[in-house]
Amino acid sequence: MNKDLAKKLAPGHSACAGCAFPSIVRTILGEATTPVVISNATGCLEVTSTIYPYTAWNVPYIHSAFENAAATISGVERAYLAARKKGKIKKKIKFVVFGGDGGTYDIGLQALSGALERGHNFLYIVYDNGGYMNTGNQRSSATPYGAGTETTPIGEESSGKVELRKNLMGIVAAHNISYVAQANIANMADLKMKAKKALAVDGPSFLTVFSPCTNNWKFPTSQYVAIAKLATETNFWPLYEIENGKYKLNWEPKMPKPVADFLKTQGRFKHLFSEKNKPVLAQVQKIVNEEFARIAGLCEI
Amino acid sequence: MEKGAIIKHDLKKAPKTGSWRYMKPEVDKEKCIGCGTCVSFCPDACIEMKKHKDDKRDKADVDYEFCKGCGVCAQVCPVRAILMKKN
Repeated sequence: MNKDLAKKLAPGHSACAGCAFPSIVRTILGEATTPVVISNATGCLEVTSTIYPYTAWNVPYIHSAFENAAATISGVERAYLAARKKGKIKKKIKFVVFGGDGGTYDIGLQALSGALERGHNFLYIVYDNGGYMNTGNQRSSATPYGAGTETTPIGEESSGKVELRKNLMGIVAAHNISYVAQANIANMADLKMKAKKALAVDGPSFLTVFSPCTNNWKFPTSQYVAIAKLATETNFWPLYEIENGKYKLNWEPKMPKPVADFLKTQGRFKHLFSEKNKPVLAQVQKIVNEEFARIAGLCEI
Repeated sequence: MEKGAIIKHDLKKAPKTGSWRYMKPEVDKEKCIGCGTCVSFCPDACIEMKKHKDDKRDKADVDYEFCKGCGVCAQVCPVRAILMKKN
């Protein structure tokens, strides 16, 4: 066991072999300079890391319900401020929330919005695996267009999800918070830089991190880094940050690869490569191009 | 049962998740350049850089108690010094 890495999230958790989020959590928390308190929405991370009587967390950690991770941390933060005022706690503490896309894009959205608006001192991290993976891959509003899931099954009439991904970055940025960023575990230096910036903010900050799911995206367990890398190289998952309202693109491929390179690595998009679904594949490429152009247009040159 | 709702982290109670494994990573210490790429991508934090013989740079070393055999380390290794073998 690597003692340095295991300081905050130890092994012994039961995440699938080849899951991306343990290393996302360790990388982000590794950048913390003060003690942290963690609140975690229901989801894969919570389910796999806290199986009674063991907990993989070696930091103060609260599991809340699916919808209120941000509300829970709000309460903890206010209790901390009160205790500090009375002189009961002297040290500086950073509050951190982890949620999956289900607990953030869909179920926890109003709690998140409330906490952002009240301006609590916390960092919210969403590990985005595009679905409700822990219950067997139901679609969420973060599931990409064309993906086959349990609730958007592939068949004669259906070629996967027909809606676009929700623009959560835009929604969060609309709360006028000082730091919002989108990162990818495959670009670790970029993720570390963003985690550092986000943890340094005195107030709310937000990170979206790409988290490939071996089980439900249907790819071999060894591939999460390679697939995450392809997502950014094809512009499917651009790396950008919004600092005090200013957009900045952190990396742009000189020659973006076709999005098919990313899609063909995963079983959930397998149907897009049939003759019948050619228009759907073209539509995916169009959506990716338009979304990237929209973000690039918002960024300063 | 513990009193209250607080559970303390205790590694002794950890399930040895390595028992899931059916593939096993083996590090070729002669080939390993000691870059440490595999360390941070390992989902189970079970790779450590350790001194190997008289080599100047520390080499990757796998702890099999928690290694689930996913093969991420072998995939990210820039010099293919890690091979997956049947357990």
